[in-house]
Amino acid sequence: MSTLKAQIQNICPQAAFSHEDTDTLHAEVSPKELAGLFKHLKTDKTFLFDYMEDLIGMDFGEKLGVIYRFYSTENKQRIVLICQAESREKPELPSATPWWGIANFYEREVYDFFGIIFIGHPDMRRLFLRNDWVGYPLRKDYDASPEINPVRLDAEPMDDIAPSYSEKDGKIEEEDNLRFQKDEYVVNIGPQHPATHGVLHFQVSLEGETVKKVDVHCGYIHRGIEKMCESLTYPQTIGYTDRLDYLSAHQNRHALCACIEEAMGLEIPRRAQYIRALMDELSRIQSHLLMYACYCMDLGALTPFFYAFRDREKILNIFEDSGAGRLIQNYYVIGGVSRDLHPDFVKKTAEFIKYLPTVLPEYHKVFTGNVIFQQRSKGIGILTREQAISNGVTGPAARASGWACDLRKHQPYSVYNEVEFNEITRTGGDCFDRYMVRMDEIHESIAIIDQLLTKLPEGDYCAKTKPVIKLPEGRYFKSVETARGEFGVFIESRGEKYPWRLKFHPPCLPLVSVVDLLTRGGKIADLISIGASLDYVVPDIDR
Amino acid sequence: MFDFSVVTSWIDQGLRSVMSPAAAITVECVLIGIVLLALYAIMALILILAERKVCAAFQCRLGPNRVGPWGCIQVVADMIKMLTKEIITIKHTDKFLYNLAPFIVIIASLLAFACIPWGNGLQALDFNVGIFFMIAASSMGIVGILLAGWSSNNKFSLIGAMRSGAQMISYELSIGLSLLTMVVLSGTMQISEIVEGQNELWFIFKGHIPALIAFVIYLIAGTAETNRGPFDLPEAESELTAGYHTEYSGMHFGFYYVAEFVNMFIVASIATTVFLGGWMPLHIPGLDGFNRIMDYIPSVIWFFGKSALMVFVIMWFKWTFPRLRIDQLLNLEWKYLLPLNLLNLLVMVAIVVLGWHF
Repeated sequence: MSTLKAQIQNICPQAAFSHEDTDTLHAEVSPKELAGLFKHLKTDKTFLFDYMEDLIGMDFGEKLGVIYRFYSTENKQRIVLICQAESREKPELPSATPWWGIANFYEREVYDFFGIIFIGHPDMRRLFLRNDWVGYPLRKDYDASPEINPVRLDAEPMDDIAPSYSEKDGKIEEEDNLRFQKDEYVVNIGPQHPATHGVLHFQVSLEGETVKKVDVHCGYIHRGIEKMCESLTYPQTIGYTDRLDYLSAHQNRHALCACIEEAMGLEIPRRAQYIRALMDELSRIQSHLLMYACYCMDLGALTPFFYAFRDREKILNIFEDSGAGRLIQNYYVIGGVSRDLHPDFVKKTAEFIKYLPTVLPEYHKVFTGNVIFQQRSKGIGILTREQAISNGVTGPAARASGWACDLRKHQPYSVYNEVEFNEITRTGGDCFDRYMVRMDEIHESIAIIDQLLTKLPEGDYCAKTKPVIKLPEGRYFKSVETARGEFGVFIESRGEKYPWRLKFHPPCLPLVSVVDLLTRGGKIADLISIGASLDYVVPDIDR
Repeated sequence: MFDFSVVTSWIDQGLRSVMSPAAAITVECVLIGIVLLALYAIMALILILAERKVCAAFQCRLGPNRVGPWGCIQVVADMIKMLTKEIITIKHTDKFLYNLAPFIVIIASLLAFACIPWGNGLQALDFNVGIFFMIAASSMGIVGILLAGWSSNNKFSLIGAMRSGAQMISYELSIGLSLLTMVVLSGTMQISEIVEGQNELWFIFKGHIPALIAFVIYLIAGTAETNRGPFDLPEAESELTAGYHTEYSGMHFGFYYVAEFVNMFIVASIATTVFLGGWMPLHIPGLDGFNRIMDYIPSVIWFFGKSALMVFVIMWFKWTFPRLRIDQLLNLEWKYLLPLNLLNLLVMVAIVVLGWHF
């Protein structure tokens, strides 16, 4: 810790430090020093911060700025950088895109919500909101009156020009880059398309059947959840997590509840911990089953789709018994879970985990072993380990590329350090490996559930909390492993009953950000296969 | 074995006795046309219902089961819905070609349909190059598909049509060559004579190894020819939404839909006719008693039974396999099926010349 501080001080003499007594150093640097620091952070042997965990835009009150979270997979250390732009009228910060691939999308998001311009970013367009949106909604002085941004009934103007900004002799110059040439054959896959798994829009430039470039447009179901959360009390905010990645609804909510509980210093009962882990693993299985179903359907094999749905239904029934919800369960609350497990839960779950391993070989027989499927997935869309880390890809997709990043193993939360399971990793990084990692994870989840069921303690299912929850001032971050990767929650509290800023770190945004990288040079059919193997969920991207 | 030509010649004589021969032929042509059209529509309905039931069985579902007994009125209801649906006209399309395309598809399909030998003496079109005509007529459908893709002025449609063009032209070769292999064995292209030639033994048994290879190739190529899964790239739902017929609605879409199903039946019935003896019962040389019992089963039942089996196999493909990619699809044809087919043809010629068949 102290060496890290000394080294940063060496590069940025004016840096201010905090949180020195915790395991994560916070350093506040000025925008001028930031660009130089990025290079050192990425390349210096002692830093090697190769994974950008999150890039959080912030309105600090007087100034606008960004909080960076970096992690080094080599040195297993973490650092938080805080940087405030100098002027509020024309906030400018250096871009991190040359060093971290995912910075591209994150910075576009920050530009969209805060209007911070990143110098050196190749494509400074809005990411979620319409191009003709007025103002930057997450700024605290944003005027939300409907006269300024009425509900527009006309189609979004989509121009082919992407601006970028560069610094020359101390002056900022704007450049216009053409996204597609005039004579390119551009096909719109989405926003309404069976293979995008939701309202996502790919602009695909084609040369015959070969994909030349993919431009991703997000935001068709952007609901402004982060903005809404700023005017909601903490118990109200947890209602929105289920609506992000609806297939990992339990896990998303787990992250937010755990973050708030940690900030409050609330100890939650053992039984609640176990219930949460059980539910998390069940939802992981149902999510992976759905991924199997959708992958089959996207490749044109309709029959296995029904196999997976038949079995997924059983998990939804178990959810329904205890939490009363099937897709959106609303089960976890701050302090535990909203009600105790259904009396049949243990019996039904035990039956299910005995049943599922008997049908999984059937799945493999009908689909995995099929020569057409193997030809369409092996060697297609190869994501290397370096690319995965640089682009912030986590979860099964990253583990297929050989990056062991399972948070249940490496930063155990809840009761995951009390159960034994293997972290599934593969080395190919292609569609087939991404698929197989998920199929193997089902077995691991079954093993975890089996252990949890036998250990399930009696007792309270929810800790007592005050009716009004106020978090002590500070910044809190908590992440959990959802079915798609690392889902993080960042809360900045100023001691009120509302969060000053609540940021969700979605696992699916990095996944769509690599679609262009993976599909270039492939066929249209590969785009579908890659999209299905990445298994993104659109509401999670758009928030 | 009941010969249906008794019935047809009775109608013919009846007509000739009341009108001039020219008028009788005209009336007969109209009658046959009506019967074929009706049969075409009914076959399509039966096949759609069969597909939905078979697919449901594969997918652990029940399929249509509400309208009528076993849901059998469901397809009729669907047909009425389709007939009453509005045909939406789209701006910026080539109006003439856009409206023409579905008719070309359905006419091509109907022409091939007319050659099918339904039973002993039940065949509308029968002349000395029957097989040749059937292949030629059925491959006209590709023109309709290409026109549909081009005139829709839609990028998905165009890609779908291009895929379809590449696919059908390639697989046409395999179909032609595998049928040619069997023509070598039968020594005729006339459909009725091909069926007669299987009186002793079905060609798939008579030509043993090369006939079996030709049969497998024909089934693969035939499935590709009908644009059905796993070769349904032209309309790959998850890639091109609906491919070449994305912009079609109402009965225009209905034509493509119906043609696809009947084409599947045509492919199955050609397989039946050329490889499995058509309407000819299963005869085994030397077992006269057995052969005589087989003859008691009417020829129409033999034909439909065998065709239904082939249709089931083609449906089985669709509901089991994932979809191929375009380059893999063309690889399969040009690198594997075509050379194998040519070799197989050579082997068949040798076997026929040397008399090594059964």
